[in-house]
Amino acid sequence: MSAQLVQFLLTGLTVGAIYALVALGFAIIYNASHVINFAQGEFVMIGGMATAAFVESGLPLLVAAPLAVGGATLVGIALEKLAVEPARGAPVVTLIIITIGASIFLRGLASLIWDKKIHSVPSFSGETPIRFGGATLLPQTLWVLGATVVTVALLWWFFNRTLTGKAILAVSHNRLAAQLMGISVRRVLLVSFGLSAALGALAGVLIAPISFTTWDVGVMLGLKGFAAAILGGMGSGPGAIVGGLALGLIESLGAGYLSSAYKDVFAFIIILAALIFLPDGLAGRRRATERV
Amino acid sequence: MFFRTLLAAAGLALAFAAPAQEPIHIGSFLSVTGPAAFLGDPEQKTLELYVEKINAAGGVNGRKLKLTVYDSAGDAEKARAFAKRLIEQDKVDLIIGGSTTGETMAVVPLVEQAQIPFISLAGAVVIVEPVKKWVFKTPHSDRQACERIFVDMKARGTTRIALITGPGGFDKSMRGQCMGVAKKHGIEILADESYGAGDTDMTAQLTKIKNTNGVQAVLNCGFGQGPAIVTKNYRQLSIGHPLYQSHGVASKGFIQLAGGAAEGVRLPAAALLVADSLPGSDPQKKVVLAYKNEYESRFKSDVSTFGGHAYDGLMIAVDALRRAGVVDKAVVRDAIENTRAFMGTAGEFNFSATDHVGLDVTGFRMLEISGGNWTLAR
Repeated sequence: MSAQLVQFLLTGLTVGAIYALVALGFAIIYNASHVINFAQGEFVMIGGMATAAFVESGLPLLVAAPLAVGGATLVGIALEKLAVEPARGAPVVTLIIITIGASIFLRGLASLIWDKKIHSVPSFSGETPIRFGGATLLPQTLWVLGATVVTVALLWWFFNRTLTGKAILAVSHNRLAAQLMGISVRRVLLVSFGLSAALGALAGVLIAPISFTTWDVGVMLGLKGFAAAILGGMGSGPGAIVGGLALGLIESLGAGYLSSAYKDVFAFIIILAALIFLPDGLAGRRRATERV
Repeated sequence: MFFRTLLAAAGLALAFAAPAQEPIHIGSFLSVTGPAAFLGDPEQKTLELYVEKINAAGGVNGRKLKLTVYDSAGDAEKARAFAKRLIEQDKVDLIIGGSTTGETMAVVPLVEQAQIPFISLAGAVVIVEPVKKWVFKTPHSDRQACERIFVDMKARGTTRIALITGPGGFDKSMRGQCMGVAKKHGIEILADESYGAGDTDMTAQLTKIKNTNGVQAVLNCGFGQGPAIVTKNYRQLSIGHPLYQSHGVASKGFIQLAGGAAEGVRLPAAALLVADSLPGSDPQKKVVLAYKNEYESRFKSDVSTFGGHAYDGLMIAVDALRRAGVVDKAVVRDAIENTRAFMGTAGEFNFSATDHVGLDVTGFRMLEISGGNWTLAR
């Protein structure tokens, strides 16, 4: 394997892991409510911007990052409580439009609370590149990949081994039946919005040292995460992960071997193809049993 | 009825109380917020600061200046709407503004039609080529940046280079200009890569450049966060060739974002950034140092070349108004076009009927980032 290929793969996996985290956030909310939450990218922005703000105010990174993720989680819960829940009787399309509104609102709020400048977040463990098979990677890349693996493992445990996780799964399979069994759908919705926000914010914190962060960084990352979720099959956890990684790899291999000018085009062509030929996504076939 | 009479009386009283001389009205639309806020913010501050100073010193030709600034937020559509308002409602005497090329070009047809002098603060060469009767601009053109960079490359024995270009209008225009003048300077472009808006990682493109045989230097046409990511990725891949950036990154923000990776980056920029280290014999030193001290003591933030463009625009306008003596739009336009040997922060301006930038390449200094600061490159 040439050093060049290794470099492309590493780049693709890093970006892909971030897309996967965002896509997982889409999947969780979609499962619980059938709403596609277009404010998902804003959680990424809040994670990165809040970390940058806390670090700039003098807090150590070790405190700033969890605070930012916690803050974003609260925003996610507030979004559900204040915007989605009051409209719970409304059709799904209305709810989706509400999330678009929320994303514009959150972006505006961020530009007021913080500012419209570009901020950087220090790397978690230095910036000395690590050599690997003729390619180089930043220590932050290992953080991104490691944190993604740990998060996915934790999510698996949460959905398969805890009562709350199982309750969310139950609601996603059959809302009415779950309700009849005494599961509070309202609480499930709150938990899933909080969880999605935390995932998005985590992605934001992890990527900020590599790519900086601004008040509008969520637009593009949210869109890519959405594309990854579609590619993997909306609502499928493993699909979101596979979709995210695949999208990252397509982008970096496309830019590397074909033309960087059409990098985004490859990604969106693949998604169009997926929508036409595999409307349920890569993980579509086993969707009924393997929902998050 | 009584109320109306009262109002009319009050209006009459006000009219009589007002000074006989109306202020000279300068209109401006700038990207004070939005993605190009790093351009518009120092521009607005500079205009306000100097209008205030000029008024405190008695104004121009015995008349005060009045400044109206709208925030076009980097949006060409908004810029057009605000320019229309400036011309039709505010009835301004001249316009200084347009932080980005896109906003400027959206407004050009309006000012040409309304026949009102317009000094743009944006970079691309399309603004003044072909020459438009009422449109001038104060920053160096992107083509001049390319030429300055290529001269530096040649002096250092570099002839084969790679380009990497961002998604913005300025980025693409500069790429086109660089491709256009490369041959003239004996520069061969071996690789031509690009990145998109909101991209988080450019290592794939840079790896491709790294593995292109014969590349001796890399030039990044872009501004905003893209060049900072390119610079970081460049060091991560430990590419040994010199990295050149455009004057679009000439603000302290770039060094802060890219951190240690920015060390050794070369770029063309106005003398303003190295005002303190200019030799005393430098004809520009007095102007740039005065502006730098004024700006930094007032706003407690580092001066950037973008604010300097606004300074140049306002001062050229004021100079032209003084020479014109009247505030007739056509006379003022002619006076601006007749500006000769005017020392601004970007260099010496010599406008003519065929040249509405008025700067030559000498105003551009080659800088190298060293120790987290700008230094004059040797």
